[in-house]
Amino acid sequence: MSTLRLVREPKKSEPILPNAVLGTLFFIIAESMLFAGFISGYIVVEANYPPGMWPPPEQPRLPIEVTAVTTTMLLASGVLLWWAGRRFRESADAAKSPMGLAVLLGALFVGVQGVEWVQLIGEGLTLTSSSFGGFFYVIVGAHAMHAMPAIVILLRQRQRMLRGELKPDAFAAARLFWYFVVLVWPVLYWTVYL
Amino acid sequence: MSEAAVHPDGHEHDHHDHEMTFVEKWIFPLDHKYIGKQYLFTGMVMALFGGFLAYAFRMQLAWPGTDIPLFGHMSPAEYNAAVTNHGTIMIFWVAMPVLIAAFGNFLIPLMVGADDMVFPRLNRLSYQVFLLSAIVIVASLFVPGGGFGGAWTAYPPLSAVAAYNLTPQGSTMWLLAVALEFIAFLIGGINFITTAMNSRAPGMTWEKVPMVVWMICIASILFMASVGPLMAGAVMLLFDQTIGTGFFDPARGGDPILWQHLFWFFGHPEVYVVLLPATGMVAEIVPTFARKKLFGYKTVLFTAIGTGVLSFFVWAHHQFIAGIDPRMANVFTITTVLISIPIAEMMFLYIATLYGGSIRFTTPMLWALGFIFAFLIGGVTGIPLGASGADIYFHDSYFVIAHFHFTFFPIAFIGTFAGLTYWYPKMFGRMMNETLGKIHFWGTMISFHCLFIPMFVLGLAGQHRRIYDFTNFPELGVPFLQDIRVFCTSALLVLLAFQFVFLYNFIVSMFRGEKASENPWNANTLEWATPSPPGHGNFKEFPNVYRGPYEYSVPDRESDFWPQHHPA
Repeated sequence: MSTLRLVREPKKSEPILPNAVLGTLFFIIAESMLFAGFISGYIVVEANYPPGMWPPPEQPRLPIEVTAVTTTMLLASGVLLWWAGRRFRESADAAKSPMGLAVLLGALFVGVQGVEWVQLIGEGLTLTSSSFGGFFYVIVGAHAMHAMPAIVILLRQRQRMLRGELKPDAFAAARLFWYFVVLVWPVLYWTVYL
Repeated sequence: MSEAAVHPDGHEHDHHDHEMTFVEKWIFPLDHKYIGKQYLFTGMVMALFGGFLAYAFRMQLAWPGTDIPLFGHMSPAEYNAAVTNHGTIMIFWVAMPVLIAAFGNFLIPLMVGADDMVFPRLNRLSYQVFLLSAIVIVASLFVPGGGFGGAWTAYPPLSAVAAYNLTPQGSTMWLLAVALEFIAFLIGGINFITTAMNSRAPGMTWEKVPMVVWMICIASILFMASVGPLMAGAVMLLFDQTIGTGFFDPARGGDPILWQHLFWFFGHPEVYVVLLPATGMVAEIVPTFARKKLFGYKTVLFTAIGTGVLSFFVWAHHQFIAGIDPRMANVFTITTVLISIPIAEMMFLYIATLYGGSIRFTTPMLWALGFIFAFLIGGVTGIPLGASGADIYFHDSYFVIAHFHFTFFPIAFIGTFAGLTYWYPKMFGRMMNETLGKIHFWGTMISFHCLFIPMFVLGLAGQHRRIYDFTNFPELGVPFLQDIRVFCTSALLVLLAFQFVFLYNFIVSMFRGEKASENPWNANTLEWATPSPPGHGNFKEFPNVYRGPYEYSVPDRESDFWPQHHPA
């Protein structure tokens, strides 16, 4: 067969990203805008207060130092999960300990956050005590509402990983979502705590 | 099986062209076509409901205080609830589900040559959340205290404090319904874009993708990028209503204008979220019935992207008299007037497509041309509203009402009728009646213009939007203006009556219509390569794509169309 083929059969183009990762990416875009909305609301209301009145002087101070430590823990958990992703390409066995540690650090972060909330409520900072309190709980709570399901998903994925059932795309999507949870936190910390 | 069906969502159901049971089709469908139809039918029911609310409050405006047939006497609170929920329902439960979700679900996999969406289970979840939201919004009108009456924009403090709005349950349910609906569309939008990006047929490069698929994807991206701030605002407003926080209450250190920013940061892109799919459908229909290539495919695409980007920088034109800095108003006037350039360009490209074509005035083509005509009036009347000086007079007048109904009615109804009549053979396997279709078209177009053109006059006369009974105002209760109101309401009654012609045609054709062939319009795009209606899994043989979607009347060819999947 040496006839000249005028029409080439078109080839299926390879997706740039797998479906699960791409879907998660778009979800993260929407979620980033959610936090952008909270942060801009915070900044707008803060700007209405005279200098020195925000946060309101009679309201308790936020535990900046403790949260700096937990922030570092959360960042470390992101790095560990990234590391787990690298190791996962070799074998599921190699990835299980960095992944377990990453989830543990993430859970610790949320746990310490919860203890902080209980203390702050005891000191008189509540959702209704001031605009500052309202924003604090709504913004930090919104982050926790992302972190907690993400931890549950990662735990489930770790079980599947141990059974050798974890699909690489699903793991990549969950990692991507965790990076979002990790990376949005320093921005919130900077805005609300500092 | 295409590769699209293998994905981590665990979509394992068999994709062979087997007959699905009733439950598989309508109760828990995973098939994109049935989910699309569920959205369509829900949207149509909600349109009847929204139309009934419009009927009720228009009757009150024309003949204040009289007993309205099928409704009875209308109190001021009921009037406010009817106006508010008419707007909310028509935008969020009619335009969005029909234009994006119904057509997006039905068309995207068919037009890109895939067997289904990439995440069928998320797709089903999306509809279920949407249905729940629809039930909540309808139920909110019947709770003690009545439905929310603080306008579809829900400005605080009126919307935030039950002591002001007197609808403690109605306003919370309204807000919950809107939030649920956004979650549904967020899930749906992720599905649309991922499918269009990853499941395209071999050979379908980006400049061979049908315009309506592009438009629905751009619209979904706009929605996803703009809905976050409104969700943030909705959470804060919900807490203001239920827990008693003071985010939007100035008395407690909050900022009511903040809500307006968060709302309109979403609200203005939202206009383009529903506009772009409608213009995309027009871009499919006009070349098919002009038998001519779409003029400037890439330019149409770039105008759509340009409009989308610009739409994020115009929101404060809704707040010119809300007390924003006049210098900021200047900036937003400029961006608002700028955005008319790409959209006008798009309309001109459609008109240029018609030039020199051999035009067939079928019902879908009439609707497409009607869309261009009516939407241009809507666009042009937006310019005086976008100018911050003129807006001081026009703000909250019937001029605004007339303007946005000249944009939203063409989008939500004229555009939908164009798409429905065009894809009906593919959706239901039968043709609609052309004569009834044309009667419906002319009846709707004429009565629609009679309904809204007089409202421009009312607006110029200074008639304010949110007034229950104009006879209480000596300047507005004069016979001349009251006659115009009666005329508008009469036009609305005619408009509503003609919709029953459509409903009759729609339902009867489903069972009695002439059987449709695979490609009744001799169109090029891939959905016409499937049987009418397509079975589960869509394509008998998965197509390859060899050329763009608008190769009509190519010289030296026997037929005047050249389907995308035919090898040379």
